[in-house]
Amino acid sequence: MKILIQQMITGISIGSVYALIASGYALVYSLLDFSNWAHGEVCMLGAYCCFMATMVPKIPFALSCVIGIGGAALISLLNEKIAYRRIRNNGSPNMFLMIAAMGLSTTYQNLANVIWGSKFKQLPKIFSVMTLNLNGIFIGTTDMLCLGVALVVLIALLLIINKTKFGLHVQAVACSGRTARILGVRIDRIIALVFMLAGALAGLAGIMYGMKYNVYPTMGNVGLKAFIASVIGGLGSVPGAIMGAILLGFIETVVSGYISSGLRDLISFSLLILILLVRPSGLFGVDVQEKA
Amino acid sequence: MWNSFYDGVVVIVCVNLIAVLGMSVLTGFTRLFSFGNAGFMSIGAYTAAICSVQFHLPFVCSITVGAAVAGVMAFLLGSLTIRLRGDYFLISCLGFGECVRVLFNYTRNLTGGANGYSGIPYRTTGIVALMCAIFAFVIAWNFIHSRYGQAFSAIRENEVAAAANGINVVRYKKLSFVFSAIYAGWAGGLYAHYLQYITPGLFNIGKSSELVITTVLGGLGSLTGSVLGTLIVQLLPEIFRSLSEYRMLFYGIAVVLVILLRPAGLLGYKEFSLTGIIRRITAKRKVQNSEGGSKS
Repeated sequence: MKILIQQMITGISIGSVYALIASGYALVYSLLDFSNWAHGEVCMLGAYCCFMATMVPKIPFALSCVIGIGGAALISLLNEKIAYRRIRNNGSPNMFLMIAAMGLSTTYQNLANVIWGSKFKQLPKIFSVMTLNLNGIFIGTTDMLCLGVALVVLIALLLIINKTKFGLHVQAVACSGRTARILGVRIDRIIALVFMLAGALAGLAGIMYGMKYNVYPTMGNVGLKAFIASVIGGLGSVPGAIMGAILLGFIETVVSGYISSGLRDLISFSLLILILLVRPSGLFGVDVQEKA
Repeated sequence: MWNSFYDGVVVIVCVNLIAVLGMSVLTGFTRLFSFGNAGFMSIGAYTAAICSVQFHLPFVCSITVGAAVAGVMAFLLGSLTIRLRGDYFLISCLGFGECVRVLFNYTRNLTGGANGYSGIPYRTTGIVALMCAIFAFVIAWNFIHSRYGQAFSAIRENEVAAAANGINVVRYKKLSFVFSAIYAGWAGGLYAHYLQYITPGLFNIGKSSELVITTVLGGLGSLTGSVLGTLIVQLLPEIFRSLSEYRMLFYGIAVVLVILLRPAGLLGYKEFSLTGIIRRITAKRKVQNSEGGSKS
């Protein structure tokens, strides 16, 4: 029983990292109806920015985290400014956005390989490798830290979307870009801001992932897991993406803990196909009106 | 002059060409995206390899069985998932491809697991691969220009209108999916008999997305465009082998640039033909002549 609780907490902690990335997928999908495949690489580059900042002496770790998050937001914004906006204005079908994102993803992954090499880089561990002992339940401090920070950030994100004027604009553009433009919403600005927001979330997730494991050029593949999570939750729905991510993280840890770590991905992917068959638009699939 | 290196390049280009042709029919003509075609390649490769090694079937039979099994799997998967919309279909294919890879890693007795499957006889020479590629191109060309191909294009342009004209959309989409899977399985079987040693990791998501990117780069809705795309994607890395670190970087940048500057791909919705080029040049000349005439 104690082991199960331990596994659950680890799973939810991994799931919360997935949730940060998955909500970025959901935000972009809700506005532009395309899957931003370069999002995982934004997460990777954020982690590298943070790593570079820690190499500079006399910079506290908190500041280098901020630099990492800012760098990821900037890269995400550049993607939108340089590539996606032009393709949208060309009047090309949505799938070209996805292909461009795939090209960007290959570019960034190999750029990281060329600049930093394929060796693993280590971010400083704030609490070293410690475990808390709660009545026989062992939990890593890094896990707890990730979980705590992610929860605060995700709640803030939901509040931003549901309570602020910016969130209202995002919802309006998600519902119908053209109508929102007629009603005076500056669409391009909103989209750019959403890309920055998604990039910042991905950067934070990259730093957390880097602290848990390491920083390496192919760590953007965690984006794939997050994408699956956002599909399970229903594309374009932020609460759905968060739920899907936590569910996925939970299932992964339980499967690798109790069945076999080799079968972990097989079971999560089969589950994905199964969910799509039963509920073709995800567990929390939403109407157009309720997107974002 | 002609050595095994060039032979190998020919095989790699031809094998990829077959898989890309299948992808072209699926993506370029029916506008369905699949990120699971590496999974079908994997199924074809392993089935053909097992047929050759365990059952000592002749080469042609092994390849046929491999392609057929890939087709049957696509039929079963397609029956379940073909009705899913856009990105959901894509992600279910992606999930399938990854499932296949993980499963082959796990079934150590049958496929050798992560250590790979070795001892496959070397059968795919440059000539065999080239013949197969030409054969595949001719079949795909005729298929696209048949009633079925017309139906695919109709579905691509407007699904509702196609259905209103009596095209069974689900059935044709499934047909297109199975066709691409058979081609992928065929390519996989040939690849296995060239490498003589295969691992599940050869057929990962990277391979699937490479197939999609090649198709888009060459141009959607154009078989000759797919041939051009394959030649570029497979040959350029060989030419720039000395820049090994940078070539994947350039490849990524090239994809982004092509999408930005020539969104329809190099030969989008056009087939390459000599007569067409000649007609274009003469037409331009005629226009120039007539313009010149009106001025004077």
